[in-house]
Amino acid sequence: MRRDSAFWFGSRGRRSTVAVAASAALALALPACGGGGGGETTNTNAQFDAAVGKVFNPSDAKGGTLTYANSGDWDSLDPADTYYAYSWNFIRYYGRSLLMFAPEPGEASTKLVPDLAEALGTPSDNAKTWTYKLRSGIKFEDGTPVTSKDVKYAVERSLDKDTFPNGPTYFNDFLNLQGYTSPYKDPSPDKLGLKAIETPDDQTIIFKLKAPFSGFDYFAQLPATIPVPRAKDTGTKYKEHVISTGPYKFETNQLGKSFALVRNDQWDQATDPNRKALPDRIEVSLNVNADDIDNRLIAGDLDVDVAGTGVQPATQGRVLSDPNLKKNADSAEAARLWYVSVNPDVAPLNNIHCRKAILYGTDHEGYQRAYGGSVGGDIATNMLPPLIPGATKFDLYNFGSMKNGDVNAAKQELQQCGQPNGFATNLSYRAERPKEKATAESMQQSLAKVGIKVTLKPYPQGDYFRLYAGKPDFAKKAGLGLMVNGWAADWPDGFGFLSQIVDSRVIRASGGNTNLSVKIPAVDALIDKALVTTDVKQREAIWPQIDNLVMEQAVVLPGVWARGLLYRPPNLTNVFVNDGFQMYDYVSLGAQK
Amino acid sequence: MASDLWPGMVGERMTIGPEPSLVDVVSGEEPLAEAGAPQTPTGAPIRGRSLRQIAWSRLKRDRVAMAGGAIVILLILVAVFAPLIVKLLGHPPNEFHQALINPELQTPTGKFGGISWNFLFGLEPVNGRDLFSRIVYGARISLLIAFLATAVAVVIGTVLGVVSGYFGGWVDAFISRTMDVFLAFPLLLFAIALAGVVPDQAFGLSGDSLRIGLLIFIIGFFGWPYIGRIVRGQTLSLREREFVDAARSLGARWPYVIFRELLPNLIAPILVYATLLIPTNILFEAALSFLGVGVRPPTPTWGGMLSDATHFYQIAPHFMIFPGLAIFVTVLSFNLFGDGLRDALDPRAR
Repeated sequence: MRRDSAFWFGSRGRRSTVAVAASAALALALPACGGGGGGETTNTNAQFDAAVGKVFNPSDAKGGTLTYANSGDWDSLDPADTYYAYSWNFIRYYGRSLLMFAPEPGEASTKLVPDLAEALGTPSDNAKTWTYKLRSGIKFEDGTPVTSKDVKYAVERSLDKDTFPNGPTYFNDFLNLQGYTSPYKDPSPDKLGLKAIETPDDQTIIFKLKAPFSGFDYFAQLPATIPVPRAKDTGTKYKEHVISTGPYKFETNQLGKSFALVRNDQWDQATDPNRKALPDRIEVSLNVNADDIDNRLIAGDLDVDVAGTGVQPATQGRVLSDPNLKKNADSAEAARLWYVSVNPDVAPLNNIHCRKAILYGTDHEGYQRAYGGSVGGDIATNMLPPLIPGATKFDLYNFGSMKNGDVNAAKQELQQCGQPNGFATNLSYRAERPKEKATAESMQQSLAKVGIKVTLKPYPQGDYFRLYAGKPDFAKKAGLGLMVNGWAADWPDGFGFLSQIVDSRVIRASGGNTNLSVKIPAVDALIDKALVTTDVKQREAIWPQIDNLVMEQAVVLPGVWARGLLYRPPNLTNVFVNDGFQMYDYVSLGAQK
Repeated sequence: MASDLWPGMVGERMTIGPEPSLVDVVSGEEPLAEAGAPQTPTGAPIRGRSLRQIAWSRLKRDRVAMAGGAIVILLILVAVFAPLIVKLLGHPPNEFHQALINPELQTPTGKFGGISWNFLFGLEPVNGRDLFSRIVYGARISLLIAFLATAVAVVIGTVLGVVSGYFGGWVDAFISRTMDVFLAFPLLLFAIALAGVVPDQAFGLSGDSLRIGLLIFIIGFFGWPYIGRIVRGQTLSLREREFVDAARSLGARWPYVIFRELLPNLIAPILVYATLLIPTNILFEAALSFLGVGVRPPTPTWGGMLSDATHFYQIAPHFMIFPGLAIFVTVLSFNLFGDGLRDALDPRAR
């Protein structure tokens, strides 16, 4: 930054040099717009949303190479150490967990079907014990048969959060661990010392929980239940070559750069009714520029953007405005809510009427515009995304009819909370996220109309939940009355969506919280009730009740039920959106080349 | 060495001070007037010109520099009269106009980014704010921070440079080493870190004023070695000159020598390098706002707008072009004017 400009301008004839440089810089500054035109398509039935709720280009033809690209890197290819939806989707190529989401379009894919197991789990002892029986004839890529002990070992591994810090902690939280920490510290010779999992024979596995939990089948679909052969477990290096139980195995793996999968000859189609395994080869490139990925998809050089959350804003504009491109796009509904936490610990938002003033005064359409209008998502009137089974849409504050905010209602609430001229508060958001910045600026403008003065406070995304908005003491001291937030369900059911964001007992003073504002005892009681309700329909009816209580207390301002705009190159076969992951079902895809 | 930057200084005296006490010929231009001076062939007395007049006429002849200077003055006027300009020609800078933005594409519905007589530079994507008003207000912040930071750097740099150059010895050694430390400082990292920990209220300021003050402090306080080195070099060469010896031999103490003999001679280089420091500071401020350090949204800054524009440059390039052009034109004009000023004050440096 420190430059002596004499260095740059110090020679003879510098005036003309400057002029030449200036015009050259100007010429370069005008970017060449446009670029690759729409891909030529031979499929006449390609249309917008052709892969939503139905299969586009159904096919059983095997062969070809499927190419994927990732704008970043996997957290880990190791099934014990991964927490991204796209990873849980992709891992089914090389791993079989006890259960999996049905590879069907639409609502059917929110249901679980058996994968490694023969059937869904059998609860007993009031849903404190869960039993699964494995299919026979399943082998690892080296020919060794898979037994229930390999599944037990895999789950034990996933408990070790020192070695594998990234994965979810559901097994840590629910199994009756009795002090067990890790198979790497296990004194028993076979390293299967965890008493909470029993393996009476090679085909049977029994899980023992601390307390009843009716939704355990959702845990059984976690990658942590993908069997790991203890003889080949290399700990933190296992991700360099994961031993496959699925239709593909690793041929090469250059960490941080790329990897390739080829057919696993030990995988028996007869044991696997769920996977078609169409391509012969799968290639994945890592750390590719996100806009570059979109350009290559459109040009036909790439088959799938593995992150599965949708194209970048620039590409969204291109795709939506060109009918030739739009017919290759799908708007996938996600089990994700973008919202703002309204903090009752910061005055005057401790008063419910001041909180309601915020909900009434916000421009909801402005919130939606920050995410790209209707393509970015639907205006959320309550918390549960419509995709969650049992979700009921309700609208306590007239978001639907007063899309740009209800100034009069807001002012009335301000009167009731004793702040007739409004008040001032701070709004935090993640600095690196332009959509959150746009949300924050929109709320600032719309709330100013009712007299609420909002000061924006951006924080770094990496530590947003660990040190800033997610640390209760910090939020209180910094006066963060409003905190931009977002959450996607770990799996599409009420527990998978709500448990981490409305249960007051998950709030930790040490930071790292996603529940920034909900502390309602009645909600906690309802969650406990849902955990033990084994009847699915009855359980599904409890979540909307919780949603209602949270909305009544106005501690959450819902923004947008997110959608992702996915681009589907015309040569892809058997394409459909799997609602379990809300992106294309990767194990069903084929490449027609 | 700083003195290399002024090769014309050796053996010559130049001042834009109150009076030339010795008469020297300056690089072969028109001779100075004296009683009984030569006359033109027509008999009219040749009027002498002070060095200030000579420099000014040289500057006037340099058209590029004058153009740069004119743009600088225009920018200063724009920054000073920003509220009036925006009231007449634009909309309030933070006001949304989302009716003119396509919700799915997030771009203005009009062509070329929605440029019209109503919105001279078009609209910002997503929120539809008036880009012209935001650029005009952005000029305020850029110029304010750059000028004040330069002033801070000049004051500190001059004081320490003169002290260091005149007194020599361990004072000089100490100050020079301090300059080295400051020059080695990872300024960008320090600025980012400091901006992250500054509280909401300090030193009687809060909000944007506090953050602007912080930026001025950081940029200025760490910019003083640039001026300091130059001033020190000039002082070193000046203090060996005869007029300084003369003054000392008449009994002058260091305050007189510094303030009445040295400083008047230093004004020229200080002025030039201050003018050349301003664009560096503008770029630095733009870089800091690009990184999100500095004033908070929605206050507009050119660097901040560039940062937002990177996500839209393919579909709304005007959002990147206008702030980029603003920075470019500002920096270029200051540089051209500063170069011309240096040429005018010391043609030997050409």
